[in-house]
Amino acid sequence: MDWQAIWLTLKLAATTTFVLLLIGTPLAWWLAHSRAWWKEIIGALVALPLVLPPTVLGFYLLLLLGPDGAVGSLMQRLGLDTLPFTFPGLVVGSVIYSLPFVVQPIRNAFVAIGERPLEVAATLRASPLDRFFGVALPLALPGFITGSVLGFAHTVGEFGVVLMIGGNIPGETKVLSVAIYDHVESLEWTQAHWLAGGMLVFSFVVVFSMYHLEKRLQRKGY
Amino acid sequence: MIALKKIWLSILLALIFTPYVAAEDVHIAVAANFTAAMKEISRVFERESGHKTRVSFGSTGKLYAQIVNNAPFELFLAAGQERPRLLYEQAVSEQKPITYAIGKLVLWSRDAQREVSLAALQAGDFKRLALGNPKTAPYGTAAAQVLKHLQLGQALRKKWVLGESIAQAYQFVATGNAELGFVALAQVSLNDSGARWLVPQSYYEPIRQNAILLKRGRNNPAASAFWSYLQSPAAQAIIQQFGYAIPQ
Amino acid sequence: MSQIEVSLTHRQGDFKLDAAFTTPASGVTALFGHSGCGKTTVLRAIAGLLRVDQGRVCINGETWQEREQFIPTHQRPIAYVFQEASLFSHLSVRRNLEYGWRRVAKEQRRVQFDTVVDLLGVAPLLKRATHRLSGGERQRVAIARALLTSPQLLLMDEPLSALDHNAKQSIMPYLETLHDELGIPSLYVSHDPNEVARLADHLVFLEQGRVKACGLAADLLTRLDLPVSRYDDAAAILEGRVSTHDPTYHLTWIGMDCGRVAVSREDLPEGHYARVQILARDVSLSLRAHSDTSIINILPAKVIDSRDINPSQVLLRLQLVDGQMLLSRITRRSAVGLGICEGMTVYAQVKSVALMV
Repeated sequence: MDWQAIWLTLKLAATTTFVLLLIGTPLAWWLAHSRAWWKEIIGALVALPLVLPPTVLGFYLLLLLGPDGAVGSLMQRLGLDTLPFTFPGLVVGSVIYSLPFVVQPIRNAFVAIGERPLEVAATLRASPLDRFFGVALPLALPGFITGSVLGFAHTVGEFGVVLMIGGNIPGETKVLSVAIYDHVESLEWTQAHWLAGGMLVFSFVVVFSMYHLEKRLQRKGY
Repeated sequence: MIALKKIWLSILLALIFTPYVAAEDVHIAVAANFTAAMKEISRVFERESGHKTRVSFGSTGKLYAQIVNNAPFELFLAAGQERPRLLYEQAVSEQKPITYAIGKLVLWSRDAQREVSLAALQAGDFKRLALGNPKTAPYGTAAAQVLKHLQLGQALRKKWVLGESIAQAYQFVATGNAELGFVALAQVSLNDSGARWLVPQSYYEPIRQNAILLKRGRNNPAASAFWSYLQSPAAQAIIQQFGYAIPQ
Repeated sequence: MSQIEVSLTHRQGDFKLDAAFTTPASGVTALFGHSGCGKTTVLRAIAGLLRVDQGRVCINGETWQEREQFIPTHQRPIAYVFQEASLFSHLSVRRNLEYGWRRVAKEQRRVQFDTVVDLLGVAPLLKRATHRLSGGERQRVAIARALLTSPQLLLMDEPLSALDHNAKQSIMPYLETLHDELGIPSLYVSHDPNEVARLADHLVFLEQGRVKACGLAADLLTRLDLPVSRYDDAAAILEGRVSTHDPTYHLTWIGMDCGRVAVSREDLPEGHYARVQILARDVSLSLRAHSDTSIINILPAKVIDSRDINPSQVLLRLQLVDGQMLLSRITRRSAVGLGICEGMTVYAQVKSVALMV
């Protein structure tokens, strides 16, 4: 069995989800509240991975992160290794690729809350930060759950980007979807079935539990 | 909503049941590494025979899986020998496969100043070495054989980055993400950029690219015509021009 | 300096606000006017929820906003009750109540948690989830939550308008006792004259973003030049004290310097402050004090203003002997028949009196 690929995939998905929550939350907040005219340009950029073929994204990442690219050359000048073919590189790719899946639900949740609860909190002496953590975050909980689950699951299922910038290095960049692809390509269909079937079950369980959880939250008055 | 569904359904049905076999069409599945050569061959073939070709490019493994599952291909130009043999054994074809081209492996760097040679490979003065996945890409298998032959397998293993196809290995080198890479001569023969070292044929088993005429194409005159044309001196000249050898 | 000074200019699309008023920082001041007149905008600006183009907000000599100075909402000692209760759905009733309470330093708390909880009758609700409350209960919790911040100024934005009639009636008594019990000055936005009559001590009339009039509620509600006196249910407010109870006929007499009026028996101690509301249409006039009439509330008054409000009806403003004002709406025919003119002394016969407190 490809335990290494499975472990690596889970590690990648968890790291990516964590990073996405970290940068996605302020981004979603800004998108939900800003009145800047260029807000929707950023919104569209964030949503781009939804429609872009992953290989296109992967290809541009390969160029951007490579030694000729803006990011790659900067990293080299800083004496760092370039990102393609490394685990951090996959995290960067996955973060960009899964960004809309995390930002969109959280943004929707923030929009759904509206200004009112925050105004109420302000009249009850809560400072802006206090309002954010004490009111906005808990009220947006369903959005955070959906976003995390989708971000995690989407990263687990990611293939095109990983293929382009991964380099298939066992334990570093050879994730589950690539392992499946390799099995299929090399006629090892039994192993492919095990992994692919497992992934199918995993995805179903994840999506199902998410809907279930959402329903329960709804019943609790969210 | 229902009306919309009906429209979609009828479009879908129309797509499925529209008969698409105009007699002169031949639908060919071609391994990605042969793309450039195939385009030229098709062009000449169409001009000379009056038939039309419809070509799907893809990785050999994927095309194979599609053919096994009834994809409408009549000819299959693979990147190796194994898949055509399997198809023949599974009686998806009645005719034995033929070798239409023999791939040549080069070690390539996009940096023209870099020394690209056996010595450079042995010196190991590079961070990453790109090659096709030995498990799935015939050129990758050949590259692995070269490294094994040179007893560099273990030493360089940590520097490997694998492309799922030889095209990806080429991309890794072309974008500068890997300093060196084993690619197909066919990929670099048309432009003269970078530095290359043609790997001696004795370091690896010949990369025989085999083709097979599938059952589906046996009654299609266009398929037979292409099958013959592929083995003609005219086609072989093109194949050689694109950086392949041809079987003796 | 115990007063509220507000002066605001603001432009929002087509709407232009240019309002300035000063009102005592005690009792209830109602911001009154039609919807769209800018009442809520004024209230939001005072709370700091809206940053107006230009403005000055001064409460009890403390400046909350002036030129570049702007104290953010959470640092203003206010409490705000919104139209909808807007309870935090992720918190229980108790946690909702504690939200503001815990954010006020102990030494600044001037109300007891239990006092407020009891005052608004929300003790039985404490453990409930907010979505299991009725509309009236929700609003009571919201009011209690606001009061628990020990505000120096209570802002209420039509807190009853989202409620049905019964819920409204059930909350009204709580609101009426609020200011007696806690003594927190409040600004109360409303478009309902009845609500204003019951609750307001002072009035700020807003019309299209401007202050039309500002002053004592009892005076403004009876001003014939203001539209509210022409409403079908226009009413005057009289203030007095409970004088005696009449067990035989089940009445309570409210005494004023200008006479007394009877209301249905109420269990109020003698001497208790009482406010009554008298609708203009319930006041008829006679030239002499009749005793052969079913009407028991008869007050001498002087006609000080009159207006035709339609071809058949006249509206009169009457001043009682203690200076309080009354409205009377009678037919033009009767007015002419009685020879009513300004300065004339008449007897106001009040058919029905509604006790407010």
